[in-house]
Amino acid sequence: MLEESSLVANLFVFVLASFLGLELIRGVSRLLHTPLMSLTNAIASIGIVGSLLITGRPHEDPVITILGTVAIACSSINAVGGFLITERILKMFKKRSN
Amino acid sequence: MSGLVVVAYLIAGVLFIRSLGGLSKQQTAIQGNAFGMLGMTVAIVVTAVAWASSGDLASRIEGLLLLVGAAVIGGVIGATLARRVEMTGMPELVAVLHSFVGMAAVLVGFSTYLRPTAPAVDEVRHIVHAVEIWVGIAVGAVTLTGSIVAWAKLRGSLSGKPLLLPARHMLNAIVAASKLTVVFKRGMAAGYAGVENPLFYLPGTRMLFGDAKKSVDALVAEVRK
Repeated sequence: MLEESSLVANLFVFVLASFLGLELIRGVSRLLHTPLMSLTNAIASIGIVGSLLITGRPHEDPVITILGTVAIACSSINAVGGFLITERILKMFKKRSN
Repeated sequence: MSGLVVVAYLIAGVLFIRSLGGLSKQQTAIQGNAFGMLGMTVAIVVTAVAWASSGDLASRIEGLLLLVGAAVIGGVIGATLARRVEMTGMPELVAVLHSFVGMAAVLVGFSTYLRPTAPAVDEVRHIVHAVEIWVGIAVGAVTLTGSIVAWAKLRGSLSGKPLLLPARHMLNAIVAASKLTVVFKRGMAAGYAGVENPLFYLPGTRMLFGDAKKSVDALVAEVRK
């Protein structure tokens, strides 16, 4: 059952995470901005968890099943592709600096 | 069970933090990427396992096949795209991939609206849900279309020129008020970057042919004499 504290706790996490994200991004050197863009994109595919939860819950609506399944497919394209391409970009950087 | 899930999500979160942190230095960058992969795996596996251990067996197996199938198909597509693309095509691929994330966000927003994951027990909860769904779909849609446009621009299918000047109203007002506007033009192509520009045809406009910087420097030098 949702309580008042759950909402406040989530807001807490959201605000702190925002500031944390800001500081993490600030620490990235200019050279690494392209892999940063790629990596943050890959991490953004955490939305797959949301899609899994929505589609997985018992429901009789086929529309939700279809929407959710497509959402899972889209998110996993990015989840796998995003990290692999970040790896490629970073390997390229390594070669250049050697 | 839910306690374990929360801890697992916390671990995934920490892994993501370490992942971004790894990008602060060249040497730790690839390690950071590995942390990100690990975090994502933890989050997905824990969610799937937690979901699979609730509900009745028949619908669980059916559902699991569907979810895992979708994820695997998506994963294979993603891996193929990432492996096959050439070096020059990588920014485009990142843009395309990101558009998928936007698409997923929009779809999840729609689904949440159709079937909320938790009952809205009071007015506040209902408003929070509504706002969250609205923002989720809005941002997701912007991501979807914006990323597709970014991909098209990177490919060269769309011109890189932005559609609107930021100070266009003020600029227009200044031009309308001034008696003489001089346009410096270097090339013989029509208009600005190939797009016809009505500014050129205004009665108060004169054109000076040549590189803008050189012309202005020459003018300033003449005036200073």
